[in-house]
Amino acid sequence: MSAIAILARLTLLEASRRRMLLVALLMGAAFLAVFNLGFYFMLPTVVAGAGEAGSVGVGTGEFFNFVLMAGLYAVNFLSIAMGALLAADTLSGEVGSGTVQAIAVKPIRRSSIVLGKWLAFAILLAVYQILLAWGVIFSVWVQAGYLPPNPIPGLALMYLEAILIMTLTMACSSRLTALATGGVVFGLFGIAFLGGWVEQLGSFSGNTTAIQVGIVSSLIIPSEALWKRAAFEMTAPLVRLLGFSPFSSPSVPSDLMVAYAGAYVMVSMIVALWSFGRRDL
Amino acid sequence: MASALAIDTDQLRKLYGESVAVRALSLQVSQGEAFGFLGPNGAGKTTSIKILLSLVAPSGGTARVLGAPLGDREVRRRIGFLPEHFRFHDWLSGEEFLTLHGRLHGLEGADLRRRVGGLLERVGLASHGTKALKAYSKGMLQRIGLAQAMINDPDLVILDEPTSGLDPVGRLLVRDVIRELRERGTTVFINSHLLSEVEVTCDRVAFLKRGEVIHVGPVRDLDLEATSVTLRAGNLTPEVVKGLGTFGEVIHRDGDLVSLKIRSQRTLPEVTRFLVARGVDVYELTPHQPSLEQLFIQIVGTEGEL
Repeated sequence: MSAIAILARLTLLEASRRRMLLVALLMGAAFLAVFNLGFYFMLPTVVAGAGEAGSVGVGTGEFFNFVLMAGLYAVNFLSIAMGALLAADTLSGEVGSGTVQAIAVKPIRRSSIVLGKWLAFAILLAVYQILLAWGVIFSVWVQAGYLPPNPIPGLALMYLEAILIMTLTMACSSRLTALATGGVVFGLFGIAFLGGWVEQLGSFSGNTTAIQVGIVSSLIIPSEALWKRAAFEMTAPLVRLLGFSPFSSPSVPSDLMVAYAGAYVMVSMIVALWSFGRRDL
Repeated sequence: MASALAIDTDQLRKLYGESVAVRALSLQVSQGEAFGFLGPNGAGKTTSIKILLSLVAPSGGTARVLGAPLGDREVRRRIGFLPEHFRFHDWLSGEEFLTLHGRLHGLEGADLRRRVGGLLERVGLASHGTKALKAYSKGMLQRIGLAQAMINDPDLVILDEPTSGLDPVGRLLVRDVIRELRERGTTVFINSHLLSEVEVTCDRVAFLKRGEVIHVGPVRDLDLEATSVTLRAGNLTPEVVKGLGTFGEVIHRDGDLVSLKIRSQRTLPEVTRFLVARGVDVYELTPHQPSLEQLFIQIVGTEGEL
């Protein structure tokens, strides 16, 4: 077994032994239960309302999409938080406690430690997000028979966002303490979040300066841009045409922005490897 | 011959900003030797070890470990390390823990299982192999840590404060293990401030002070150097007492009792001959070997190191 695989396995074992996995799954199940319950009680009203207006089928699909996107929006946030929480203490914590010393003196590359952890977190995030996101999609489908457009590219973009946050967190954690890392990552996330809204409002009101502020914030950290693109992919065509909903935006991030996000992950990883490779343990 | 050295450092330096952790470490440890690395807290012992293990990059100087330059990954296959105040992943069982560290050394399958079993047995934890490390006592953790340092059957074992936190039984075990390693030809490098341990287990010692080696030599020689002698004798004339001064220094005289400081125990027979030739009635001639503790204070000084 390669060192990366050994350490990825160790990290997965840690997540399971230290109950992280169990807690995440229990809370995920609770989340899905609340989502289903809410949807279940709203459903009759929506169908009845649509029926009265004499337009069954028109408008209800958009409503189901809206509820679905609200669910996925929450899943997206939970995945990001999970990515940051998993990675915040992982390198700095092991350096601080000294557990990394006995590992790093083995005949392995330092980079294997970073890559092994990253791989394990990427697997955990995939499992978490697949369960939650498909849980939401499946719930709506079972109750209302509705499926969103383009779920695969949409969820792939959401996954890329969680990976981006997790990788950035690891890069910070290679030098900073867990608390400082959390401060940096959530601070950046806040900038992206705010920038996204500025851009959305600017786009709605035709204010190009506001749009530019949004684009700059997306360049600082393209997490929100990924969500907006994911939401655009999965939004009902009619809502897309209207161009405004809390979960989508009239200014859709381009393919170039997605590629930029991919490069952002790569650079974060290189920084993590470089910085951890050179630090004193 | 360079290849006969397990550790060879030349002017190793480590600075943390303005403060100097290791000033100029030049040290040669032969293969198969048990070497004690002594010094007060903050003298730079742990930093020196970390440099040798490539955990910390030196600010200057060069070093070779088992013939390879610092940072060589392959040579680490032949090194075992027990960190100071070590903490391991305590949610692993003892067996899983040793298996993990064996795997990181590239060991697998039946060979690895055999070694894990053998080492658990060796450190007296055979019946605790399936227990999680968090349920281990401090002494048990130190033992499993020691087993971890031997999982790869290393040529060089570096132990940072191996007996800290151990009860007498545990200390005896560490001592036995070190002796076994030596018999097998393994080089053992022990970082310690427990001088009595080093005194018993090591061939040579180096004293470190403020990041510099201030004394290095065989343990046996250390004991022989600067020995004080108590003489109790009748009819001591001032001439005889004066004559004693040629062998060393008369520190104190109180009637029949004379305290004498001689350079080496090897002069003791000469002192005896001198006294007998002058018709002195010798009732007692007792050499006092200083303990390593006394030597330590003598060599390193008593001022605190912060």
